[in-house]
Amino acid sequence: MLTLRFIPYNEIHALSSYDRIKKIVDLAKEDQIILIEGKLKKTEEVELIKRTMEEISDKFKGIEIAEVNPQENKDVQFFQKVKDEVINFLLGDRIGFTVIGPATIVKEIKQDPNKIQLLTKDKKK
Amino acid sequence: MGLYGPPNGGKTTLANRICEDWLGETMGSVSRIAHETREIQIKEQIVVKSGNKELMFNLVDTPGIATKIDFEDFMKSGMKKEEAKKRAKEATKGVISSIKWLDEMDAVVVVLDSTKDPYSQVNITIVGNLAARNIPVLIAANKVDLKKSNIEGVKEAFPQYDVIGISAKYGNQLEDFYAALFKLLD
Ligand SMILES: Nc1nc2c(ncn2[C@@H]2O[C@H](COP(=O)(O)OP(=O)(O)OP(=O)(O)O)[C@@H](O)[C@H]2O)c(=O)[nH]1
Ligand SMILES: [Mg+2]
Repeated sequence: MLTLRFIPYNEIHALSSYDRIKKIVDLAKEDQIILIEGKLKKTEEVELIKRTMEEISDKFKGIEIAEVNPQENKDVQFFQKVKDEVINFLLGDRIGFTVIGPATIVKEIKQDPNKIQLLTKDKKK
Repeated sequence: MGLYGPPNGGKTTLANRICEDWLGETMGSVSRIAHETREIQIKEQIVVKSGNKELMFNLVDTPGIATKIDFEDFMKSGMKKEEAKKRAKEATKGVISSIKWLDEMDAVVVVLDSTKDPYSQVNITIVGNLAARNIPVLIAANKVDLKKSNIEGVKEAFPQYDVIGISAKYGNQLEDFYAALFKLLD
């Protein structure tokens, strides 16, 4: 069974960077797919990779991660873009979503401005 | 100057090419199996010349950065279980050291396989972290000798960066690459 765990912005933001990353890795180790409202900082993403590497075992093989930025459309007009940047600045990392799944379940996450495609793995015999 | 990127992009092939061109020796071993480089490798004082200009730098080849490592993938490449597990363990440590070394870099060439989807989160994470640390970046879209190579795709994914298409293996467009290095390290 696949479990999708949604983590709202307020919940993830209340945590320290350390606890935020710990929480994500712990959930991934429990075979949950996580949908986070908002984005991690780039520096947190490398911390997440580091922590993931420390936890890799015969059972836990790492994560797949993807960010979805609904407003990042190539065709957006210049003014729209400026506006988005102002909104981004005000809301911090609240815009967009981050999807993280354990590599044993999620083979690949395809990104697209409007949809997220999770390619799952065939369970072994 | 660091060479960073996902596993198998051709970092070591490029490092060897640079070292052969300017030092007359190679740097490290290359393999079609990912995570061949599992420890940071350094070659000191490489001097690149172009016209009457000279460039000196220490070259750092890094283990490929990944978000997942599965020892069973290595077994599919023909390794025995114990060997595959050992390689996986070393590979996890390699990824951690690549990340730790980020702060030591004065400039970085991100080596990507131009036949692959450039939008992978690892690529975005690496380039984003270099930007956050104010480290100058040059993107080498490698393997242009292959039919599936798509330099335009890489350029589109990273519009704010210099992207140079190269073949580290066969030496295509290396002149352009060295010219871009001068710009990067100036
Ligand atoms: N066709 C082609 N193959 C290349 C090129 N550069 C590298 N390769 C091949 O890609 C594979 C990986 O090359 P490496 O240099 O080991 O890649 P790497 O980025 O150092 O990989 P890790 O050390 O695992 O992170 C090898 O089979 C190389 O021969 C190229 O320009 N063209
Ligand atoms: Mg290598």
